[in-house]
Amino acid sequence: MTEFKDFLSNDEIAWCPGCGDFGILTALKKSLVSLGKNPHDILLVSGIGQAAKLPHYIKTNVFNGLHGRALPVAIAAKIANRNLTVIVTTGDGDCYGEGGNHLIHNIRRNVDITVIVCDNQIYGLTKGQASPTTDQGVENKIQTNGVILEALAPLEMAIALGCGFVARGYSANGEHLAWLISEGIKHKGFSLIDVLQPCVTFNKKNTYEWYAKRVYKVNDDATYNFTDKCAAYQKAAEWHDKIPIGLIYKADKDSYEDRSGLNSKPPLNEENTEQIDISGLLEKYK
Amino acid sequence: MKTVITIKIAGEAGQGMQTIGLVLCRIFKKAGLNIFASQNIMSRIRGGNNVFELSISVKPIHSCRQYADIVIALDKSSVSLHRKNMAQDGLMIFDQEKFKVTETNPALFHVPFYAMASEKGGSEMFVSASACGIIASLTRLDFDSVAIELKNTFSDKQTDVIEKNIQVAKTSFDFMQNNFQSNRFAVIKKKTDAGLLMSGHEAVALGAIKAGLKFYSAYPMSPSTTIMENLSRYARQFNIVVEQAEDELAAINMIIGASFNGVRSMCATSGGGFALMVEGLSLAAMTETPVVIVDAQRPAPATGFPTRTEQADLDYLIHAGHGEFARVIFAPGSNEEAFYLTQKSFQLSEKYQVPVLIMTDQHLADSYSNNKTFNLEKIKIKRFIISKKDSKNITNYKRYQFTKSGISPQAIPSWINDCIYADSDEHTEEGHITEDASIRIKMVEKRFYKKMALLSKEIENPVTFNLKNARTILIGFGSTYGALKDTCVFLKKEKIGFIHLPQVWPFPAKKMITILKNPKKIFTVENNAGGQLAKLIRRETGIQVNGSILKFDGRPFNLDILVQSLKERRII
Repeated sequence: MTEFKDFLSNDEIAWCPGCGDFGILTALKKSLVSLGKNPHDILLVSGIGQAAKLPHYIKTNVFNGLHGRALPVAIAAKIANRNLTVIVTTGDGDCYGEGGNHLIHNIRRNVDITVIVCDNQIYGLTKGQASPTTDQGVENKIQTNGVILEALAPLEMAIALGCGFVARGYSANGEHLAWLISEGIKHKGFSLIDVLQPCVTFNKKNTYEWYAKRVYKVNDDATYNFTDKCAAYQKAAEWHDKIPIGLIYKADKDSYEDRSGLNSKPPLNEENTEQIDISGLLEKYK
Repeated sequence: MKTVITIKIAGEAGQGMQTIGLVLCRIFKKAGLNIFASQNIMSRIRGGNNVFELSISVKPIHSCRQYADIVIALDKSSVSLHRKNMAQDGLMIFDQEKFKVTETNPALFHVPFYAMASEKGGSEMFVSASACGIIASLTRLDFDSVAIELKNTFSDKQTDVIEKNIQVAKTSFDFMQNNFQSNRFAVIKKKTDAGLLMSGHEAVALGAIKAGLKFYSAYPMSPSTTIMENLSRYARQFNIVVEQAEDELAAINMIIGASFNGVRSMCATSGGGFALMVEGLSLAAMTETPVVIVDAQRPAPATGFPTRTEQADLDYLIHAGHGEFARVIFAPGSNEEAFYLTQKSFQLSEKYQVPVLIMTDQHLADSYSNNKTFNLEKIKIKRFIISKKDSKNITNYKRYQFTKSGISPQAIPSWINDCIYADSDEHTEEGHITEDASIRIKMVEKRFYKKMALLSKEIENPVTFNLKNARTILIGFGSTYGALKDTCVFLKKEKIGFIHLPQVWPFPAKKMITILKNPKKIFTVENNAGGQLAKLIRRETGIQVNGSILKFDGRPFNLDILVQSLKERRII
């Protein structure tokens, strides 16, 4: 069994006071404790952005790579070392912008990893430009007349692509978020958790107050069927006045590891590689 | 037998020249003859004009010949395209019934191969089998050897497909036996084994399998894709994960993720795809994660000539990646080098935790030749990561620990009793982000100076030939090796020797300065327009070569072209 303190990092946190990321960090630790995970058996992978710093503030294995490229590193790490619990912490810019292509194709690939998108609907690290999820009309230093692009709808996109676990959390609702993360980790296959998260410095629209008036827990409604793809799609599309959080869509299917046969073999990194006999192979070229 | 017999099978893409060309390669190889075959292909699936060129020799042969002894023209355009590159007593086989050629010339010889294909095979698709029968007859092979090889080649096809191929080939063989009397193309069989027959990229794939490759990721791109095809063929047998990436960004980052977890990993691409990988290359260097990357060069800029050959990525590979870091670049020039250097790539990459790049090109990738069987006894594969057994007692681990050598032992996540941090930001010994100036200096020294010093001690020696008493020395790297070797053997009375560089980075500067102490004339031979090797030699040794023989038409050098270039420059 592990405790909360087992996941404490000594690294100084470089987020703004009040940042929504703090709530996500705490929820992640709670989830890992509740699942009884050992820090040594977890790999957090991130790219670039405020969310990508998160792995430094928790004690697990960490690979903090390039902007937009956390997913390919993460899925290959899982393929190589399938005993690991692999979690990606990423942001709306990192995952939906720079790394959009990897999101699309890794949903299809369905490697058993959990992706937590700290979605503050703004670029924080580069100081306040629009992100793919910034609402239309929001003004900032670059989009001075307001954003004219339509906001990306990540949950609708993920459901349409057949992602087996699609959820939305809210960083100020820690218990609920920790539960969602745990469910995502337990889900076999690619899990996407989009986490609404206020940016106290740059996002003047989607504030704690703004969210507090709108978010509601979709799974409190016992009639909501998260295995119904059409219902899930409709639910995921709710935004302006009421915003659902919780498990939006779930479909159990074979993971990449099942389909490729990796699950029935020892971890790839434990293969003996020093004594490979290719003499039989060379016969084919004689 | 003539010293070398060169055969070209020309036709439209999709007419099966490659398959049947390979059948012929195997037949001649099994007859104990040396072969070199290259493919001159257009970037299309059907139509156009493609050529499979095959040179056969009793003595070792390492490149093609410009002038054909036998041309099988499967379409009308091939007749005019290849007329100008015929040997003096060359023979061009064509089908007067299929495409009217008005020219009358003793070199033209009509064979109704389309009719034979339709009659015995039921389809004109079997025309390549006819070409096989014609060539077997002209070179005076037994038909049995043809039948055996057709059976082997089409063993996964239905019985009637095999039978039709054999029937078409036999009919064509008999037709030639009855209608063409000259023995001038007859080959002499040898009893000695001509070794292994493979392409350069097959050798890369085999080398990687032997080296313990377990994860391969790539986005298809000519001419690199043949590595993925060959690995996929054996993936199940050797438990290798071959994952087709959504793009090259994914491919490089995937192999970094796998390698960070102790799995030997590789990706391959061509210049354009490598451009997308460059940020990842820098990441591998910064995180000190071993990676092996193949750049199968093709003519550029941009899309260039997708299916042709060039060596213009030399400067690019040496300098690719933002920032300064150590790397290794190999440039194999033969199947043996491709096989052994691919293994060395995995060894060096893991030992020093650096990216290792292997430069191939379309010519090396797609050319088939025979080579001595690989000495598997000689190969010792050793892992440099901390083994799982040795990991258990590790409770206090620093991924980037400062050591005297500069190398921090690589532990694997979940194997040790501690956490491992790796970061693309500048980092502390523990792997956490830092902006400390003194740590920065030590980290740069570790990744760049110390590793370059270590790598400089393991440089692959330049290959030299006939340097003693040479008045002229030719220098090349990568796939020009074959043309250089054949040319210098051919010109042995001319006091001309060559140096082939199987490794271009770190550059073998000391060795080259010694070798080039007292030469009369030095010329580089390069498949590029910039004379990049000449400039590299100047930068690294201070030696100014006398000139460069450059070829940048997308086609490889061969003996005839190189000899002609030497004559034009009055070098010989």
